[in-house]
Amino acid sequence: MCGAKAGGPDLAGIDTAKETIIQGSLTRDGEPVNGYVRLLDGTGEFTAEVPTSATGQFRFFAAPGTWTLRALVPGATVDRAVVAQQGSVAEVAIAV
Amino acid sequence: MSRSDVLVDADWVQDHIDDPKVVIVEVDEDTSAYEKNHIRNAVRIDWQKDLQDPVRRDFVDQEGFEKLLSANGIANDHTVVLYGGNNNWFASYAYWYFKLYGHQDVRLLDGGRKKWELDARELVSEVPERPATEYKAQPQDASIRAFRDDVLEAIGTKNLVDVRSPDEFSGKLLAPAHLPQEQSQRPGHVPTARNIPWSKNANDDGTFKSDEELKALYEAEKVDLSKDTVAYCRIGERSALTWFVLHELLGVENVKNYDGSWTEYGSLVGVPIELGANS
Repeated sequence: MCGAKAGGPDLAGIDTAKETIIQGSLTRDGEPVNGYVRLLDGTGEFTAEVPTSATGQFRFFAAPGTWTLRALVPGATVDRAVVAQQGSVAEVAIAV
Repeated sequence: MSRSDVLVDADWVQDHIDDPKVVIVEVDEDTSAYEKNHIRNAVRIDWQKDLQDPVRRDFVDQEGFEKLLSANGIANDHTVVLYGGNNNWFASYAYWYFKLYGHQDVRLLDGGRKKWELDARELVSEVPERPATEYKAQPQDASIRAFRDDVLEAIGTKNLVDVRSPDEFSGKLLAPAHLPQEQSQRPGHVPTARNIPWSKNANDDGTFKSDEELKALYEAEKVDLSKDTVAYCRIGERSALTWFVLHELLGVENVKNYDGSWTEYGSLVGVPIELGANS
């Protein structure tokens, strides 16, 4: 497995002007972690969940507003608040 | 029917992993997850390639289902245990499918692949070889599948449960937030539908909430479970999970899953659509 990559997955082929993207990576001591990331809306309600890639990355296509990312890995849960805007990619690095 | 007839935990699976009468089946949204690794002795069903008609928008027919199960070494008297990622979305969809074609003993692994992974249980890459069977399916059970006319008739008369996320229900998003949002259909929901996101049925680790918690959830949202119910989402897989909760865990009769769901309803000409949050 390769090391942790900075930022979220490659955006090639995605119309970033139309989408409201939240993405990033999940690491433990600088190394990518396999786990899950949940996207919760402004009221804390579950919206989506993805497993991280082999390089610890994740991506959501959200709507403009305030969201919470909840990372789940064996033995730990970490929450991070994020503000998303259409046309600009919100990059979030989560260390667990 | 009791919970243990339809739902098993990881210890149960571990104890039956070599049982020749038990077939473990992975059905994942990410159909390539199985190739990376899976529960030992599990076979794979691909919800797109194996369960859908390759041309029309519909399911594989009875004969196609028989071929699929026969090729995977599943016999009519086998106990089938389904599991998958994303809190068993597609495993629930497959469960509903197995019931649609009349399989007797089918169960879900509580928590699915996620809980198995978070508990750091064993996953392997070896693909098991199961001898082919001669599976015989039943004709589709129409009592658990809703079509668009059933949904139109249900407006204002039956329970309509929209299990998508609040932002999809209100019309802010057109698809779950891990998928691109550009879609052809109109946003919104079926008038009189209650928004009870599928995720409220599950804990963070993907296991189902207790029967008491689940009952309280639907009662609090003013769903009269003595009436007929139609559940829908975007393509019918998340609502299969809600169908599982209502019909299989809580034993509610007359619950149908509308697999056409929002991708069909939101594309129909002239049907009523409502925007805005759950009232």
